[in-house]
Parts: sequence; C-alpha cells; structure tokens
Amino acid sequence: MMDVEILSRLQFAGTIMFHYLFPPLSIGLGLQLFLCELAYYRTRNPAWEAAARFWTRIFAVNFAMGVSTGIVMEFEFGTNWAAYSRFVGDVFGSALAAEGIFAFFLESGFLAVLVFGWDRVGPTMHLFSTLMVFLGSMFSAVWIVVANSWQQTPAGYHIVWHDVQGESMPRAEVTDFWAMVFNPSSVDRLTHTLIGAFVLGAFFVASVCSYYLLKGRHEEIARRCLSIALPTSLLFTLLAGATGHDSAQKLVETQPAKLAAMEAHFETTDQPTGLYLFGWPDAEEEKVHFGVRVPYLLSLMVHNDPMEPVPGMDQIPSDERPPVWLPFQTFHLMVGLGTMMIGVSSLACWFWFRGTLLQRRWLLWTIVFMPIAAMTANQAGWITAEVGRQPWIVYPSIQDGVEMIGLRTADGLSESVTAEQVLSSIILFGIIYSMLFAVWVFVLNHKIQHGPESIDALLEHKRRTHPNSMSEQFQRTGKSHGGDFLEEDSE
Amino acid sequence: MSYETVTFIWFVLLGVLLCGYTILDGFDLGVGILHPFIAKTDEERRLVMNSIGPLWDGNEVWLVTFGGALFAAFPVAYATVFSSFYLAFYLLLTCLIGRAVSLEFRSKVHSPTWRRLWDFGFFLSSTCAALLLGIAGGNVMQGMELGPMYHYEGSLFSQLTWYPLLVGTLTVSLFALHGAIFLYLKTEEKLQQRVRAAITPLFYVFAGMYSLVTFATWWHVPHATENIANYPILWVVPILNALAVLNIPRAMHLGKPAYAFFSSAMVILALAWLFSVGIFPNFMLSTIDPSYSITLENARSSEGTLNIMLIIAGIGMPCVLSYTVIIYWIFRGKVRLESNSY
Repeated sequence: MMDVEILSRLQFAGTIMFHYLFPPLSIGLGLQLFLCELAYYRTRNPAWEAAARFWTRIFAVNFAMGVSTGIVMEFEFGTNWAAYSRFVGDVFGSALAAEGIFAFFLESGFLAVLVFGWDRVGPTMHLFSTLMVFLGSMFSAVWIVVANSWQQTPAGYHIVWHDVQGESMPRAEVTDFWAMVFNPSSVDRLTHTLIGAFVLGAFFVASVCSYYLLKGRHEEIARRCLSIALPTSLLFTLLAGATGHDSAQKLVETQPAKLAAMEAHFETTDQPTGLYLFGWPDAEEEKVHFGVRVPYLLSLMVHNDPMEPVPGMDQIPSDERPPVWLPFQTFHLMVGLGTMMIGVSSLACWFWFRGTLLQRRWLLWTIVFMPIAAMTANQAGWITAEVGRQPWIVYPSIQDGVEMIGLRTADGLSESVTAEQVLSSIILFGIIYSMLFAVWVFVLNHKIQHGPESIDALLEHKRRTHPNSMSEQFQRTGKSHGGDFLEEDSE
Repeated sequence: MSYETVTFIWFVLLGVLLCGYTILDGFDLGVGILHPFIAKTDEERRLVMNSIGPLWDGNEVWLVTFGGALFAAFPVAYATVFSSFYLAFYLLLTCLIGRAVSLEFRSKVHSPTWRRLWDFGFFLSSTCAALLLGIAGGNVMQGMELGPMYHYEGSLFSQLTWYPLLVGTLTVSLFALHGAIFLYLKTEEKLQQRVRAAITPLFYVFAGMYSLVTFATWWHVPHATENIANYPILWVVPILNALAVLNIPRAMHLGKPAYAFFSSAMVILALAWLFSVGIFPNFMLSTIDPSYSITLENARSSEGTLNIMLIIAGIGMPCVLSYTVIIYWIFRGKVRLESNSY
C-alpha cells in the first residue's frame, strides 16, 4: 500500500496537469479571439465576425472545462494539504481570494455576454466583454503564479510561532503585501507563463486554419485568421525563449538546486561548466549516461561569462536535493520543443509573406500538429518548476538577515486523511477526468469539423434577428473599408 | 479597527459570500432538480437549461470565492473543514463537474440517447450537490468528532446521520422551490403552467421540512439556540424567516412572481443567517472536547492580512456586484432558444 504522501502528490500532480490543459488555451485563444473581433470592429467585415463567433464557441467549451477542473484545485489545498494550508494560508490564501474576487467574477460574468450575447448587445459592448474575459483570464494567471512564485522565492513575510493546544506551531504571515506579490521570481515566471499560453493559442488557431486550408474548407476565414496567428506565434515563441532565459539566470541565486537538477550538474569544479544537450542522468552514481555536452555553454548562459563555473548539486545538503532525472528531461523537452516551434513559425511566416505557404502542404500538416508540441512544452515547463523545487513545498529563505524556515512537502499533508481516502478520490477522479477528456476531444472535434458558419448564413441570421440594425450596419460598412464583400449582399 | 472587529467583519463577509452562493446557485441547482419533471419535450428541456445558461457559471464563482476567502481569512478552518469532509467534498466536486459538463455538452450532438444521458446527469448532479451541501451544513451545525491537533476522527459514514440527512433534504426542497419560482419567471405558456402547478406542492413539502428541521434543531442541537437566547434581538431573524416563508404562496396568489422569488431568496438568506448565528463563534464544534473546536479566534489570519483582504474586498466586491447586475440585466426576460443556446 502506498502512503498518503505519495498518493496525495500523485493526485495533486494529476489534477493540476489535467486542469492545466485548459487555462493556457483559454488565455491564448482569448488573445486570438480578441484580435479577430477587433478586426471585425474596425472593418465590419462579416468574415471576421464569422471567425470570432466560431472561436467563441471553441473558447466556451474549453472555458467550461477550465472552470470545472479549477474548482477542484481551489479546494484541494484544504482537503489534502491541511498542514500546508495552515502554514501558508495567511499569505497564499490572500492571493487565491484576490484571484476569486478580481479574476473569476470578471471572467465568468462577461463570458455570458461573450457566448450568449452576440444577438443581444451591440458590437462595442461585445468587444468590451471579450476584452474583459481575456483580461480576467490573465488576472487569474497573475494571482496564481504570484502565489506559486512566493512558495519558490518567498518574500515580504515572517514566521510566527503560535501556541496550539500546548504545542508551538509555525506560520508564515505577511509583513509587506507588495513585497510578497513582487517576490524575486513572480514577474519573470508570470511573463514566461503568459507567453507560453499565447504561443499555444496562436498555434491552436494556426492549426485549425491550416487544417481547413488543406481540406479546402472555409478558406476565406482560415486565411484571415492565419494572418493573425502566424505572426503572433513567431513573436511569442521568440519571447518565450527570451523570458525563459531570464528565469533560468535568476535560478542560480534563488534556487541553485533546481538549476543543478535541470542541467544534471552534479559536481562543482573551478572549470567552466558545459551544457548537456541530452542524456540520461543517474542521481545515485552522480553521472549522466549517453550525455552530449557542449563545453562552456552553461557558464555562458547562466553568468554571461563562459569561464565562470556554475554551482552543482554537491553544494546542496543531501536531504534538500530534488530529483534530477525528471526535471532534466522535462526541461530539455521544453527547450527542444521551443526551438522547434521557433523554427516552424519562422518558416511558416516566411512562406506566408512570400505567398507560397499554401503550396507547402508538408508545412501546413506540421502546423496542424503544433498545438500538441506547445501544450507539451507548457506542461513540461511546469513539471520542471514543481519537481525541481522538491523537497520543499515552501522554500526556506532569509528575510532582512533572519533565516526563515521552509516547509517540506512531506510535512504539508492533512492529518485526518487516510491513504484509502486518497486512493478512492484518485480512482473517482481518474474515471471522471478520463470521461471528461474523451467528451472534450469529441466535442472539440465536432465543432472544428462543423467549422464556422458561412458568411451568407451569418448575414441571413443577422437579417432575421435584427432587421433594423442590419441596414444601419450596411450603411456604415459602405463607408468604411472592407466593403467589397458586403456590397453584393446589401440591398 | 481592532483585531476582534476585523475578525468579526470577515465572519460576516464570509456569510455574505455564502448567502450569495446559496441564493444564486440555489435557483440553478433547483432548476436542475426540477428539469426531468417539468420539461417534457426536447425543446422544453433546452428552454429549462437555457434559463440558467448564461448565469450558472457566475453563480458558482461565489462558492469558489467563498473557498478562497475562507482560506485567506481563516486558514485553519479552511484546512480542517475540507480535510474532515474529504470524501463528501470530492463527491460534491464530482456533482459540480457533472453539472457543468451536462449543461455544456448536452445539446452539442443531435442524438436522443446522448441527450437523455446528459439530462439524467444534470438532474442527478444537481440533486446530489444540493443534498451534500445540506449534509455538510447539518454536520457543522451539530458539531463533529474533532480530536486534538485538528485530527478529525469521523468518516463519511459518521457524517450521514439522521440530522444532517434531514438538513440535506430541506436544502433539496428549498432549492427546488426557489428554482421553480425562477422558472416561472423565465418561461411562458404551457411550460409555465406546468411550473405553476408544481409550485404549490413544492411549497408544502418545503414548509413541512422547514418545521421538521426547526424542531429537530431545537431538540437535537441545543447549543444552536444559545446565541439567540443570549441576544433576544436575534429573534428578528427566525420571525422574518417565517414571514418570508409565508409570503411565497401569498405573492404567487397575488400574481407577483418576482415578489415570490424575492421572498424565497430571503428565506435562503435568513436560513444562512440562522446557520451563522447557530455556529458562532465556532467554525467547527468538537463533540469530543470543546477545547479542540475550531473557533474564529484560533482559525483567523494575522491582523495585517485581514486588513489587506478587507481592502481587496472593498475594491473587488463593488465591481463584482455591478457586473452581476449588468449580466442579469442583459439576460432579463423570458428565455428563448437562439443560435448560441445550449
């Protein structure tokens, strides 16, 4: 029988990874959706409206999944990690509550207008609602990444010992709210997380559009969306590289153990440190099998100086070392996929601007599968971050010269919860989440196969629902650009 | 402001969030409970589901925010309550996921079997969610087997005794009534007549359960009435509660369904209030030894955090209320099926 700790960690890893299929897609697709709708707002071209309506439907399905799996996360800290919750509640709880008040209400409120409001509110209010939903999903990322970063690089707090029924128990309490929010890693990690989501959204749109172009369906709409998705994918893959590099450079000061694990760097020497391109680390023998190492590169990447050595795992006390194999592999997977995505989006943009992308079917087929790469990179990055910080759930730190204790993951569990209970919730949620995943894939595929409404059908629909406002809209479009499409339809 | 005052304010604010959740999600859980009995054709079923279509998601956020606020303001209560209700809580989460998915996916495919399956899922998850919320409330009300150092010694089965089950049934009947009045406001013609015919029996069931639970509480949970005995001014709450209950059939009879809906919302408010008065100043009373109880004082965050959170709530809550009003205003009136409907 496995113990409560390993089961609770498995459950948390499983539920958070499943949940994290949806938020990055919501954030990334939210940006694409907003840009499509903005294009519609500026041009009043119904092709853009048909596109925005289509992405809204996809967005809604994904958002519902994000909300329902997110509720689980909100309470899982209490159910499985009660001791941890008591230790961090004063700090972590306030970030989580701020997320609820500032982000969730904004998102879910305006989501109603975004999804159900197409025929009820005017274009300005609708565009505004789309922007609010997009901002809401970003605020949500802000608060949750702040809370997570505080655990990795705690700041703005002190440890207070409370008497509980005669025993003395420690608790982290906020002393400086803004220092807690802007702790040493939150800005870097937040930008990298958001950019990762934007990459996924851009590739998702590019993938669906490439598929339509390969099949010769919805070509007008697919070409327009691709003209947004491809440049944004290039921009954000490049930015992902830059922000990732920043984050990694900070690690040498804030979490050297994590950096050593990511690079499988066991032994500190006074020589320049090389970087493994790939390999099979063995933490017991402190060796990397089948590794290919580029000399000087890690020193150069971390210190901007090829000669300065990087501290290795031997600097970390043996009971404070994270696992090496998993962070090493996931980190290298993320970087490898990131590099590949930069390559694919550069090529795609190059051919797009030369007007020859549509003849290169192999490249379009590659783009079709890119969302899987982007999603894997997002997940792999988080695995690196979370496994690399073990055995700590909250890192120890030094605040104003005073040492603050950390909290080990093993000490954060719920006292009252048994292994049987955790096992039953794992089985229950294993079944539910597998079904959910199947249904999600099925419905998503159904919607993508169905595709956006044709522009004629959309105009007919609008004529039926809003006979008066349509004629107004036609007059307005006549004056603005992009009217060539509409003139055939207007009466 | 003293530490005591700001602690009390946070207890009240949590009560507000709980009321917001039970009033708003109350009617959409109720709609789910009534769904198979009220709606006969596929079109009617879609109408009933779409009456809460744009609203249920925002309503559930009140529960999420309640969780976040409890975590921030009273972390010890958050940790102890949710770990004690471990399995019950995972079942509740299962229901909430089931509801979300049933609503979202039911009408996406034109197949009678597919739709029947999700219809049943919608009904079952709504009913069980209401029942479990009530069971949790009943357990908290009567006290739980909390040992030393927050170690809960009960199990899911020790939570399923007669009193919590009674409170659970009360919750189901209350939400069903509340949901029926909401549906009456949102529907027309034959469907509305069917809803109207259901309101009267639903009211009698609820009134019966209400009296039963009131007497059971009096007899079985003596500490729940202590606060009222000590502060006679609090008698206002049960009296207003009874008046609000009686006002539901009166308002329906007078042809003022909106007033009836307001009354049933007030009934929920009053019951949530009675619940808070009943448990104060504990979050979880230990039936093993009162000194093991989770109280406001031993569960709260530091004074600094409670003050910061008050600022956050001060900025956030007016925004929340204003866009809740905007959304309900945009989606006012009778429900119709549109191209974007479920």
